[in-house]
Order: sequence, then C-alpha cells, then structure tokens
Amino acid sequence: MNLNTLTVNAARTAVLEKQITATSLVDDFYKKIEAEDRAIGAYLTLCKERAQRQAERVDKLADKGDALPPLAGVPVAIKDVLTTKGVRTTAGSKILDNFIAPYDATAVARLEAAGAIVLGKTNCDEFAMGSSNENSGFHPVKNPRDHSRVPGGSSGGSAAVVAAGTAVASLGSDTGGSIRQPGAFCGVVGLKPTYGRVSRYGLIAFASSLDHVGPFGKTVKDVALILQSMAGRDPMDSTSADLPVPNYLSAVGRPLTGLRVGIPKEYFGEGLDPEVRAAVENGIQELAKAGCEIVDISLPHTEYAIPTYYLIATAEASSNLARYDGVRYGMRSREAKTLSEMYRKTRDAGFGAEVKRRIMLGTYALSAGYYDAYYLKAQKVRSLLARDFDEAFAQVDVIVTPTTPTPAFKLGEKADDPLAMYLADIYTVTANLVGVPGITVPCGKSREGLPIGLQVLGKHFDESTVLRTAHVVEHALAAPAQTGS
Amino acid sequence: MVSEQDVSYVADLAHLELTPEERARMLKDLNSILAYVERLNQLDTSKVEPMAQVSGRYGVSKDARPGEVFAYAMRPDELRPCLPHDEAMSNAPQTDGAFFKVPKVIEK
Repeated sequence: MNLNTLTVNAARTAVLEKQITATSLVDDFYKKIEAEDRAIGAYLTLCKERAQRQAERVDKLADKGDALPPLAGVPVAIKDVLTTKGVRTTAGSKILDNFIAPYDATAVARLEAAGAIVLGKTNCDEFAMGSSNENSGFHPVKNPRDHSRVPGGSSGGSAAVVAAGTAVASLGSDTGGSIRQPGAFCGVVGLKPTYGRVSRYGLIAFASSLDHVGPFGKTVKDVALILQSMAGRDPMDSTSADLPVPNYLSAVGRPLTGLRVGIPKEYFGEGLDPEVRAAVENGIQELAKAGCEIVDISLPHTEYAIPTYYLIATAEASSNLARYDGVRYGMRSREAKTLSEMYRKTRDAGFGAEVKRRIMLGTYALSAGYYDAYYLKAQKVRSLLARDFDEAFAQVDVIVTPTTPTPAFKLGEKADDPLAMYLADIYTVTANLVGVPGITVPCGKSREGLPIGLQVLGKHFDESTVLRTAHVVEHALAAPAQTGS
Repeated sequence: MVSEQDVSYVADLAHLELTPEERARMLKDLNSILAYVERLNQLDTSKVEPMAQVSGRYGVSKDARPGEVFAYAMRPDELRPCLPHDEAMSNAPQTDGAFFKVPKVIEK
C-alpha cells in the first residue's frame, strides 16, 4: 500500500475490504514516521497506545461485519493546539512542555467517534503565532517539498505530515491564515470553515473572535469528509452555530454552470509573485471553462486588513495568554520568592520572542489612553471589511484569490523581521476577521517546483460551494495525492 | 512613539520582566509595527459601529431579536458533572492535595 498517495476513502475502503487491518496500517504509518519525520520535524508527540487501542476497536467492527463509520481506520494527526486527553499538549510552547490535557477537544473526539485514528500531535508556531513554524518552542518544521524552505505556519506540522504522507489527513487551526497558508506552501488542501461551523472546545485559545479549527487533506473530498464528521453545534462552545450541517461530499462534483466567481482586484496588485499570479489566473480560466461567470469585483478595504488583524489578534491574545502564570498548570519558575515575581519569571522563561511581542502589542493596544486609538479603531475597520464582503457576496457566489503572495520562502529569510512575516498572511487574514469560509487548493508549481495555492472564499456557512469550486480547480490542475519529496 | 518607559509600564501590566536586550528589541519592534498600523487613521470611522465578533451576524434569522439570536447557547441553571478534582489538579506545579500552592502573596 502506497502511504504517500493514500486518501481518506481509500484507507477506509482498504480496512473495510480487509486488504489491511487498521492495526497494521497504523504500524506502517509509525514505521514511516520513524524513518522519515526526523528530517522534517513535523511531529512533537506520538500517541501509539491510543492509536493502537482505536485501531483494535475499528478492526473488531470490521471483523463483525458491522457498518464502518465514515473515517474508520483513517490515520490522522492533530495540531498540538487541540487538547487530547492523557496525551501531552504543548501549543508549541515551552510553557506547556509537560502539560497532559485532562479532556479531549470536541473536534478530536468527533473524528475518533467517526473511526479516525490519532497518530500524534504536530509541531506549530508557539500558540499558533507565526507564518513559518520557526516560532515553535521546540524546533522548526521543514517543507517536505524542499527542506531548505519553511512549511508555512502556524499549522506547519499538520500541513507537512499530509504532504510527506506521514498521516492521511490532519487538523489545524486558522486565526489569520494558519491552515490555508501552510496548505499552499506544502501543496495540500486546507480548509478554514465558517466561524461557528466547528466547535473550538479544547482549542488552546489565541484570539477567540478569529480562531477556527479545520482540516488538511490530499484532496478536496478528503477535507469534505473530515469536515462532515466535525461540523455542527456543540453545547461546550457557545460560539458554535445552531445550524444544520449539509452533506458536503454530495456537493463536491456537482457542476459549476452559472456560478458567479468574483476576482477582487486588490488581491492581484503589488507584491504578488508573477508565477503565483500566472498559476492562479490559469485556475480562474479553468473555472470559466467549467461554466462559471467570472466577475471583476473590489474589496476596497483590503490594505487595512493586516493592521486591523494585528491589533485585534494581539489584544485578544494578551488577554487569553494571561492564564499562563505558573499556578494551575504548565511551567513554573523555581527562582521566585513572591507570587508576582513567580508570574514574571515563569512567563519570561516560558514564552518565546514572538509571543512576548504580541502580548506586549496587545496589552499596549488595550491600555488606558490607547484603547480608542488602536483597539476600538481596529474593530470599526473590521466592520468596514465585513461590509466589503457583504457587498461582494451580493454580486457573486464565491471569491477566488491567490492564497499567498509567494511560494514557500527559505528558513530564516523573514525570521528577524516581524512585519515582513505578517505580510505572508495578506490574502488570508480578512476571512478570519469577517468569518467567511476559505480553502486553499494546489493550482500549479513554480519553476523551482514549489507548490502554489489558489484560495476560494465563500458566503458564511456555504462550505458546500467553496468545496465544489475548489474541486473543479483540483480536478483540472492539481496532480492529486502528489506527495513525498 | 513608544518610549522605554512605555515598554516598562506595559511589561508590568503583562507580567513580563524582559531582559535589557529584549526591552531594546521590543522598543524597536513595537514602534515599527505601530507605525505600520497608523494607516488605519486614513479611514473616517466616525459613523462606523465597532465589530467585536461575527457570531449572531450571519446564519441567523434577520427577524430575530437580540435575545433570541443566542437562545440556543443557554441552558437550565442546574448542576452537571464537571472535571473531577484530582484531574483538575493533575497538572499543578505545586499542590497540597486540595489546593494550588504558590509563593508568598503579600510583599513587604
């Protein structure tokens, strides 16, 4: 069995038809991880016992000839910002180095209930803050397509395992592009669902009004299947929407005739790499050939998205990360003599440079005298960005853009320049501010052989049309399941 | 412009100490990021409502009154099982078995 090309449905079918047991499939994946992951660094923790227990459960079902659940026997990886009961959960931070989560995130529990097998936890930028994975408190991840380049971030490990074939699919989180940007850099499919579509219970909070949980897969169908199993109301997350979940898979493959596809001119301006532009324009032509009506649109406040995002995200982060104080869990500095000294020394030693930078910026933006000028101002511009999308979606059904301005950059290239790093998310952050669903799908390669991603954004809770559109691009342009390095 | 005093004040609020090197770097980074976000002032937002979050704005009935939009998130106020005490304490850096232990709270 070729693990590099194994899709969700092929894995389930293989177990269902007894071509392989779930137990030996899991063994094969661990052998591959042990042989290949050292060079990439995508996994932080493996949970072999948990995986074996789950595999045995699936094998028993298969033996009895029972109907198998939709993800039965599918080996997946989980970004280390989602809690896993009894398994180390670090958020990529030294401050949670030894944290053993006491409960499962809802997204993880739902995947396991659907028969998926969790192989391990993936590396990421510390507390999901970064665009290259170089901010991991442990070690950077290398892009499986080119080891001198970053896999993107912050869900770099989750994108890399799918690209490397060391998991069939994975979960990531996306606060400003952290699923879509690494998905594009690693040449896999990554979906950020609508805000409220997937529960965030058990997602270690970075910026609560922007955080989303979503899947990575080799194909659009794979992410549709994973989304299907996780989506829907969860009483444990008051922001999870009380709306019915449609059948996503049945949407994939339906014709696009007459679909109106908006092309926002602001996403094709200065700073866009010519090869990325050419590949995305090629994708747009394929949509036209498939019967879509291509409509030029404008999202006039686009240039204000990054400054808006970095004020809101850091303000929320400064509040969310106040809980890491060395009292209830996580690291505690042993040097301190008083409580306030303990807080400071613990946080100084436990957080990395980017996390401290964002806590400082967010605290500043919320502090007396600056709140109106920065935080409130950003919230007002967020309204203008939402209005841009409301007006655009009155004209079109989906919006198509590049996912990133360039293909994957070199390790170290932007590590010392926070602003340059923030601009790697220029085409992705607005979807988080506005809450619309977005997907990245491979649409070609640069001359150097680096993957290029095309982004499809849709109306709130219309993942079906987003998936359907991405599937047409994938079918025309991506060599599916093209994995390994 | 952020000053060295501002960095100290904000670090204090955020319970961070920061080394002299980190403070110097923070001063430089905060000023460059704040200079960049300055462009938001090009926009007149005097008549724009702030937007704190997106829930309740989309995917809900246009006729719903504010109290109704989030009605699904409410539940009866009754006791339910929660995380057992020993599990809640299992990650504590220091505990006497019942409580979290911390260094001296009152400073002289």
